[in-house]
Amino acid sequence: MVIIWRSALHHLVIKDLSAHYGTVQVLDSINLEIARGEVVGLMGPSGSGKSSILRVLTGLTPLSAGSVSLNGEVINYSSAESVRNMRERSAIVFQQYNLFQNMTALENVTIAPVKIRNRDPEEVEAEARALLSKVGLTDQISRYPDQLSGGQQQRVAIARALALKPEILLLDEITAALDPELVSDVLDTIRALASEGMTMIIVSHEMGFMREVSHRIAFMAQGNIIECGKAEQIFNSPREARTREFVSKILKH
Amino acid sequence: MMAQLIQEAPRFFTYYNLLFLAQAVGTTIALSAIGCLFGLLFGCLISVVRLTEKPWLAPLRWIALLFTEFFRRVPFLVTLMLIFFVFQLSGANLPLFVVASLSVTLIASAFLAEIIRAGLLSIHRNQWDAATAMNFGLIQTIRFVVLPQAWKMILPPAFGFFVMFIKDTALASQIGVIELTFAGKVLNNKGFSAILVFGTILILYFAVSYPLSRYGHYLEKRLAPSRH
Amino acid sequence: MLDYTFQYGQIWPYLPRLIDGAYLALEIAFLSFCGGLLIGTANASLLSFGPQWIAKPIQAFVVFFTNTPQLVQIYFLYFALPDAGILLSSYAAVLIGMTLNAGAYLTEIQRAGFSTRRQSEMEAAIVLGFSRWQQIRYVILPHIARVLFPPLSNHFIIMTLGTSMAAIFGVEELTGQALNINSITFRSLEIFSVVAALYIAITLLASLALGLLGSLLFRTKLRVI
Ligand SMILES: Nc1ncnc2c1ncn2[C@@H]1O[C@H](COP(=O)(O)OP(=O)(O)O)[C@@H](O)[C@H]1O
Ligand SMILES: [Mg+2]
Repeated sequence: MVIIWRSALHHLVIKDLSAHYGTVQVLDSINLEIARGEVVGLMGPSGSGKSSILRVLTGLTPLSAGSVSLNGEVINYSSAESVRNMRERSAIVFQQYNLFQNMTALENVTIAPVKIRNRDPEEVEAEARALLSKVGLTDQISRYPDQLSGGQQQRVAIARALALKPEILLLDEITAALDPELVSDVLDTIRALASEGMTMIIVSHEMGFMREVSHRIAFMAQGNIIECGKAEQIFNSPREARTREFVSKILKH
Repeated sequence: MMAQLIQEAPRFFTYYNLLFLAQAVGTTIALSAIGCLFGLLFGCLISVVRLTEKPWLAPLRWIALLFTEFFRRVPFLVTLMLIFFVFQLSGANLPLFVVASLSVTLIASAFLAEIIRAGLLSIHRNQWDAATAMNFGLIQTIRFVVLPQAWKMILPPAFGFFVMFIKDTALASQIGVIELTFAGKVLNNKGFSAILVFGTILILYFAVSYPLSRYGHYLEKRLAPSRH
Repeated sequence: MLDYTFQYGQIWPYLPRLIDGAYLALEIAFLSFCGGLLIGTANASLLSFGPQWIAKPIQAFVVFFTNTPQLVQIYFLYFALPDAGILLSSYAAVLIGMTLNAGAYLTEIQRAGFSTRRQSEMEAAIVLGFSRWQQIRYVILPHIARVLFPPLSNHFIIMTLGTSMAAIFGVEELTGQALNINSITFRSLEIFSVVAALYIAITLLASLALGLLGSLLFRTKLRVI
């Protein structure tokens, strides 16, 4: 009974998760429980495995041990059906945006809902236009990715993820390529989503934003989560030396 | 010798001989076109099979790999002989043109499969990742995302192969298909001088191949820079 | 149709002849490749560094040989040249035809390779005070060799398969031996399937050897299939 209650509470449960690229271990027994509507921030030096966690969750990188449960059910990553279910409920914004180069901004946003989920094209297009203007792109929707700046591509990628109406949103360094004046726009969008109760995992080094939007912050180093707690605690009184060092480094910038 | 050729020329370039040569050019082109069209079709199929990842499709992947490696590592002439003998021994009385068409299709499929596969794989990993994360299947990923970007990489080498292939069909003369090279042998056997006959045959091949190869170079230049 | 019984036993005694044929095939491929490499290197060097007027005849040579079938080129050498008083043995005709053909393709391949000299490396060499000869010896040549090795290896494999057309002129390389044995035993499917396997074996061996050589000399990626 206790187990059922716990898993019903948690939206996503990552348990003893490990992953390898060839013989190199990139994730080492990760444990993380995320409640419905919770926003978890992932921080840590580059190469610590933040992107890898998101990739394993969506089934792009195979896990070598451990498990991930969604709504209390273990995702079977070797079952196409189970993975499809996870991908229907989640959306990822890649660190490199990964926009489809052969499609305009608008097409990037509409393609999956129309062609994969077989939704009504006109309805999808209206939604897509609304989403794109929400992220501050109204005039560029018929441009191709290579005609957009990094920040603009980033925002198309966010709109594309939102068009999938995910339960869980995975955001990988979405502020890294944004111009300072755009950061606040995009962060407003994320903030609004958080307040609407969307479950999110956000990788970011933007401390002010992380402090404001995330309920908890997990600090990673070398494939491990070495510290996890409220933003205040992580930033103001980190327990681990490595966290302290990292925090003081980004504070300097 | 020159005088001899000039003297012989009117006897050689008769209406009948020219018609015979024109038909032979037609057969050569038809054989290459059939090979490349069907080869493109099967080549697509094979390259997609080789990109699948489902465990239960492993036998099919192996067959596709063996198929491409076999036809790319056995000489055209030997493939042609093998298929010719298979039909001869099976008693199926097919026209030689059909036997040759089948051979060229198999060979072109193998080569084009590799060209297409290389083109598809040249598309950046992150395009495949994004599609996969949004629940695109393999076919959907290729159709909506990869092929629209990759065809520009595929077309120039595929066209180059086509031009190359026209010349390779000369070997079909060895099983008796009356294409351009065979026509040359026929005319040579009729007593026309080899210089005149094979010179003409070389010029005819050149006339077919050269414009196409020029067009291939143009395509390559044209398609190189832009991305959409 | 399917009641054919394979009798490989009948052709085993001929296996040594097939092996001899395979050696000869590799020999023809090797000799004509080396000849072609000589022609190709000379042509490509002349195109890159030679006088202007030499480009036209070289291009004409390349365009002619790459736009006509090798088979018909050899036919011409073998059947037409005697009319002009030049009598070639079938082996010589095949060897010359394949060498000229290879020369044309290898000119194109090498010309493309020559044009990939990297400006940044050159500048680095100049800054480091390399002399002209040192630049060529330590920067340009190693780079060109590295770039050219894979397409040249690939062309060698193509040429190995191409030697099969020597059989048409009566040269007793692998396919030629197969035709001979076929006219003795009439076990065509058995012979040609074994011959196909031998071609696969020798091209795989050649690919492997060239791949190892490449990864040793130029640290190129070893890739056989
Ligand atoms: N495709 C890959 N192949 C091999 N190693 C990889 C690959 N992707 C990432 N890595 C390695 O895995 C480690 C974690 O990478 P990543 O998850 O991208 O870190 P982060 O996102 O925290 O910067 C790094 O050491 C990186 O070099
Ligand atoms: Mg990352």
